[in-house]
Amino acid sequence: MTWQLFSLLVQASGMTILISTISILVGLGVAILLSAARLSHLRVLHGFTALFISFFRGVPLLVQLLLLFNLLPALGISLSGFATAIIGLSLCTAAYQAENLRGGFDAVPKGLIESADMAGFSPAQTFLRIRIPIALRLTFPALVNEAILILKASSLVSVVGVIELTRMAQNLSASTFMPVEIFASAGLIYLVINQVVAAIGRYAERRLPGMGQAAR
Amino acid sequence: MTRPTPAISVVNVSKSFGQTEVLHDISLDIPAGQVSCLIGPSGSGKSTLLRCIAFLEETTSGRILIEGQPLGFSEQDSGYRARQSRAQTRAVRANIGMVFQQFNLWPHMTALGNVSAALKVVRKLPKAEAEARAMAQLTKVGLAERAHHYPSQLSGGQQQRVAIARALALEPKIMLFDEPTSALDPELTGEVLTVMRTLAAEGMTMVVVTHEIGFAASVGTQINFLDQGRLLFSGPPEEVFRKPRPQRLEQFLDTYIDRGASMLA
Ligand SMILES: Nc1ncnc2c1ncn2[C@@H]1O[C@H](COP(=O)(O)OP(=O)(O)O)[C@@H](O)[C@H]1O
Ligand SMILES: [Mg+2]
Repeated sequence: MTWQLFSLLVQASGMTILISTISILVGLGVAILLSAARLSHLRVLHGFTALFISFFRGVPLLVQLLLLFNLLPALGISLSGFATAIIGLSLCTAAYQAENLRGGFDAVPKGLIESADMAGFSPAQTFLRIRIPIALRLTFPALVNEAILILKASSLVSVVGVIELTRMAQNLSASTFMPVEIFASAGLIYLVINQVVAAIGRYAERRLPGMGQAAR
Repeated sequence: MTRPTPAISVVNVSKSFGQTEVLHDISLDIPAGQVSCLIGPSGSGKSTLLRCIAFLEETTSGRILIEGQPLGFSEQDSGYRARQSRAQTRAVRANIGMVFQQFNLWPHMTALGNVSAALKVVRKLPKAEAEARAMAQLTKVGLAERAHHYPSQLSGGQQQRVAIARALALEPKIMLFDEPTSALDPELTGEVLTVMRTLAAEGMTMVVVTHEIGFAASVGTQINFLDQGRLLFSGPPEEVFRKPRPQRLEQFLDTYIDRGASMLA
């Protein structure tokens, strides 16, 4: 195991971090839209979100990725492996994040909505200014947890041809015949990244105003 | 000569939750500038009446008029009630500020953020102006130094004063209070009642659900006694508290006698 090999792994982990970060953020956006749909008065939207969530939580991510990878070209849409990976991971994490957020939205005390109502906020303003910030704060630990899960699950996007940390490790181990050293190094790099994410999460939890205070 | 329009008219209001009727045919006029206190045993419907006045609850029948304008439902001669548009409801409701027993401050905003939020978001004032106005209200309730504290960093009494400032920032004509001191430790009720006295002295129209009989007797100009969803008594304090009192009121006052009310005994 040389520094050169190790630095190749570290470089590839950049792709892991990039894909995971984009997916978590896109997934959060989609999860918020799903929550809005669930809080709306449109029955159709309720059905759609329920279907969306049960599909993406019920089908293995690997199967989703392979399906997406083969389905899109069949539909005449050609996307890079990178884009396919982002779409797959984002939709999957969106379903889980929507479930997490549901608990947060449900835990926003009714009185806080009523005081927004009395202050003249429209339902959309209340959603943006009151419900979302409070629900996000309440479910922030779950979001950090989900980020860690997605960082690990991103190893699956190697099947759509993206060279990230796991795929690089596979390639290197095939060419160097040092699988133990290489996969141990890859594991170590995942561990370090996730420790950093967890630390950032703990820091933010301490610093975010009103964190954990919404549910009196 | 017509009589001036009352700030609030409650006209034949009944309210049921499912099968249980909690307000029975209540009619009440509250003229501008009055401090109207709602007293009565727990569960008698005080909060429900206040919430109906604010249209946080829909009445089952009857009408609520704010400054002569219907709130929640539009007037129909046929007796059929049509739900107002959101915009109409919001316009009429802009006359009303509300203070809740549990303060209901938004925990992710500072005191200043709470007080200025609606000025920015709803009234669309520039940030600097909204915050200057919010600061003026915080100063009024004696909390200028706490402007940058979050609700979790404030005592209950301070939180309730911020909540009052938040309502006042929108310059309502009417302030509704639902047991504003009931969630507070006894030593913190004074600071909130003081702010309310000042407000009353300035001529604000106030409706106050309270168990502070002393406050009701000294600041109230109209006392309404609710019992089992019925308005048993409504009148100026000297009339309501004059002996001999109706039996139900006597019983109620016996239970809620406090330092302030002992002067009535
Ligand atoms: N949302 C609700 N659903 C069902 N019953 C309710 C609801 N709110 C209040 N009630 C009932 O209505 C009655 C009056 O309650 P409330 O107005 O809170 O009384 P008060 O404020 O005088 O203590 C009580 O019997 C209470 O249980
Ligand atoms: Mg009550």
